[in-house]
Amino acid sequence: MEFIKKYPKAFQWLFLLIVFFALCFAIEVPETYKFIRGQAEFVKDPNQNFYIFLGKEVRYYPFDVFWRLPPLLGWLPIWINDSLFFLMNEWLPMEFWNEDTQSYKTRPLVLQITREVTSIMTFLIELIRDILLGGLKTIVAFTSWDFVGSNSWAKMPGLPWTIVTAGAAILAYKLSGKGLALFAGLVMVYISIFGQWKPSMQTLSFILVAAPLSFIFGLGLGIAAYKNKRVEKALYPILLVMQTMPQYAVLVPALVLFGVGDHAAVIITMIVAVPPMILLTLLGLRAVPPEVTEAGKMSGCNNWQIMFKVLIPTARRDILIGVNQVIMVCFSMAVISAFIGAKGLGFNLLLALNQLNIGLALEAGLCISLIAILLDKMSLAWANKQVDYFGNLTFFERNKNAYYFGIAAAIGIVLAYIGSFYFKEGYNYLFEVPHNKGISTADFWNRGVDWIFDTFFVYIKAFNTWLIVEVLQPMRALYLRMPAVATLVLVVGAGYLIGGIRSALVVCGLTLFIALSPWWDRALVTTYMATFGVLVSCIIGFTVGTLCFQNKNSAKFMLGVCDIFQTFPSFVYLIPVMMLFGITDTSVLIAVIVYATIPATRYTIEGLRSVPVALHDAATMSGVNKFQRLTKIEFPLAFPHMMLGLNQTIVFALFMVIIGAFIGTEDLGQYILKALSDKNGAGIGLTLGICVAFIGLIFDNLIRTWVDKRKKHLGIV
Amino acid sequence: MSNSVIKCENVYKIFGSNAKKMLQDSNGNVDAKTFQENGCIVGVNNASFEVSKGEMLVVMGLSGSGKSTLLRCISRLTDATGGKIFIEGQDLLKLNNKELIDLRRNKMGMVFQSFALLPHKTVVENIAFPLQIKGIEIEDSISKAMDMVKLVGLEGRENYFPRELSGGQQQRVGIARSLAVEPDIWFLDEPFSALDPLIRKEMQDEFLRLQEKLQKTIMFITHDFDEALKLADRIAIMKDGIIEQLDTPAKIVLNPATEYVRKFTEEVPREKVLLIEDVMDRSDTKNLSDLKVSKDETIENVAEKILSQDKTVAVIDSNKNIVGSINPTKIINTVFGGRKNNT
Repeated sequence: MEFIKKYPKAFQWLFLLIVFFALCFAIEVPETYKFIRGQAEFVKDPNQNFYIFLGKEVRYYPFDVFWRLPPLLGWLPIWINDSLFFLMNEWLPMEFWNEDTQSYKTRPLVLQITREVTSIMTFLIELIRDILLGGLKTIVAFTSWDFVGSNSWAKMPGLPWTIVTAGAAILAYKLSGKGLALFAGLVMVYISIFGQWKPSMQTLSFILVAAPLSFIFGLGLGIAAYKNKRVEKALYPILLVMQTMPQYAVLVPALVLFGVGDHAAVIITMIVAVPPMILLTLLGLRAVPPEVTEAGKMSGCNNWQIMFKVLIPTARRDILIGVNQVIMVCFSMAVISAFIGAKGLGFNLLLALNQLNIGLALEAGLCISLIAILLDKMSLAWANKQVDYFGNLTFFERNKNAYYFGIAAAIGIVLAYIGSFYFKEGYNYLFEVPHNKGISTADFWNRGVDWIFDTFFVYIKAFNTWLIVEVLQPMRALYLRMPAVATLVLVVGAGYLIGGIRSALVVCGLTLFIALSPWWDRALVTTYMATFGVLVSCIIGFTVGTLCFQNKNSAKFMLGVCDIFQTFPSFVYLIPVMMLFGITDTSVLIAVIVYATIPATRYTIEGLRSVPVALHDAATMSGVNKFQRLTKIEFPLAFPHMMLGLNQTIVFALFMVIIGAFIGTEDLGQYILKALSDKNGAGIGLTLGICVAFIGLIFDNLIRTWVDKRKKHLGIV
Repeated sequence: MSNSVIKCENVYKIFGSNAKKMLQDSNGNVDAKTFQENGCIVGVNNASFEVSKGEMLVVMGLSGSGKSTLLRCISRLTDATGGKIFIEGQDLLKLNNKELIDLRRNKMGMVFQSFALLPHKTVVENIAFPLQIKGIEIEDSISKAMDMVKLVGLEGRENYFPRELSGGQQQRVGIARSLAVEPDIWFLDEPFSALDPLIRKEMQDEFLRLQEKLQKTIMFITHDFDEALKLADRIAIMKDGIIEQLDTPAKIVLNPATEYVRKFTEEVPREKVLLIEDVMDRSDTKNLSDLKVSKDETIENVAEKILSQDKTVAVIDSNKNIVGSINPTKIINTVFGGRKNNT
């Protein structure tokens, strides 16, 4: 009794766990239950039950409702599909002028709109590709194939790689200085001589279209949300879901609306890249001190002037950090979009992975990583660059970078011209190093992989088997052994204990959605993989973070490492693990662990760092030793921030688990991958994506609520 | 019509969703406590006063007393919940957005506690900002702004960015910006509170020098009673949204209206604040000493001379006419008498 009175919270948690386990033991596993693969595939089987809702027939294996809830939302994916189909092919047919046939043609409105958008995007991408790589599609767009065919001069020449390299270096110099300029130059030279120029420029052209458009839309919506509470409220849930939704689940509906190719990829990239831009715009505008706004008002600014002359310039840094985010999201989408046929580095990577040519994959992956680091550093340098006064400089000094670029361009053209004489036969290496004509290290890496396999195969295999048989399979069995009702009670109870009735309701809604979808078992598998990854990541991350924190330099170094690793598109992480562990669950889990350790480490260091100096001093003067200071002062205060790290770790782990489907897992990700190649996959893909997002949001809600309360309690906001 | 530039009649500012309705129901009897129980916070409670042309009204109060809120009502950065505000006879609350912007562009200037400079503009660009907003050509606005730079003594730093300036220098830019459009009305919201004591004193002197030259109508907000005494023509002391007393510094020091005001006046060095005029006897002009003191001197400056006299001392005005008298006992009583620990 004494104990209960003293620790009421602990008692409540204990009670919740007892109920949970009691339910687990009380509800028997039905004899017919096996890990069912067919639930969502609508095969006719006399053992199945079915119901009809909104005219859609849903078939499923019935169980005791306590064990597994019936898929009452099973109609949703079919309904989404049919609705999309109806929108695209039947809704609101209208007369549209057709340029090719010179006549009016009846087409549904949405189809026409998507086709218009598609053609604009295609034009933009091709314009930039023609500029960077040369080609004739832009000219064709303005004239016709006949015109180009009869005039051999009608071809964009493309920029020699030397000019693009010089341009990148000069831009980097302007933004940050010599160091970054050198790095930019080296990266571009590397890309070129290793024969990755063309795919790299294709990927770059993709970003050059997607990033500015995402920026404009994100800024616009961010301003609208800042101005109008209602817009913000309407956007908020979408932003929340988009942040936890695996990027690759969004690809599926894009396929239906915009087809396959670069244009579809650009559009879908914008859908993913706009939310972070909105958030950062909103954050930046909110952070402008109210007095600055008032000063603007008292200067007699009207609303327009307040926004564009006062608020946005003052929030410049946050908005440019948003640009950085947009660029990074665009880049990682550019890689993943290979799944829906976007050209570029991602496509080569995917191809190499499919052929199990690890060497080639590694080369493409390295290129991707280098470009990612470069883009990240350059956009961050832009954000951190202070405005300089240049009114007292001469015209030449003000525009010197433009002059340098002009000179570099002239030299580049001359070099390419000389090259055309020098390399008479074959390729003009001073113009462009063709793909697969550069230096390739693929064979070396492949041999390396073979050697690793030959030498360590026994150990790797033993480790693999041990991990799968002794750890992973029992863990998976335990997760699948949970009756649906028990899980629901546990999650909702946790919600209630942490955040009260409101939190409990939110969490309950999210869980019910997943439980009533046809993929509850798959979601459990996803959760089990993510849980395993998160546990290991957190142990590693918290330990490494704490150790690195002991020394200022090592902490700084570790944060730098985290920065760099975070810029890599998640897909890249699959390459080295496939190299070492082949195609198994272990590979996926290791990729998950590596990827998810980044936020765990980062937040640990940041959290420990944020402990006020005064408290350090006070503790030291009380005579604590290092260990006492860590356990009594630093950990308790840093813990809320570390929990936010846990939150990020979960999101990262979920992303990676889903992408791991590419290697072969049995979870939700596998179904998303399947939906990509299914013409009726849009509804399934979207619903699955929402399921994954909801798993993330359940934890997000619980952790955030707890952290907010805890921070309030500790008085740190 | 009186020559009041700013005129407030029963101004209320109440924060909260149903503030308007509660104010109507209360019939002008606003009790902060009952309002708070209903989720409303009273910012300004029934403020009525006038500021005449060229006068400096200092509103003094501790944090949360509603002084900044009052200023924001008058500059209409926030809309008052009830009451009337007139700026040069114009009903401020009835102006539409365009008229309001017009008023701010031509008649009002404001200085902020945290300086509120635009971080992406240089000193001179910051000062030229309100001019450019008005639509003045860039070159004209810059040359006008350069005059302002000189006025506040920042020559040579006109191309610096705010981040490169000290607090005092930043506030000079803020002052110059607020004066750039040559406003008639000048609002200052705790302009010197974020500065170090020494810099603060320097800026106060500078400010008095400027005001001597420019003769603006000023509302000055501060939480520093000494600052209020030093600068003000009249002081309004606020507490919980209510103006406790509004009077000249001397009258406040000599006759605090409430217990709250008296607490502030207790520690005031009266000999520095009060003028001979404030304490002299106007009726008794006979049998005076040969020593004559001007009525505009502070007590501090002439106390020694007066105390060395046996007789009552004559007080003269600027035309050397005798306007009153003062005797040494009065000086001693004023400076040392009436204090809590003495009684």
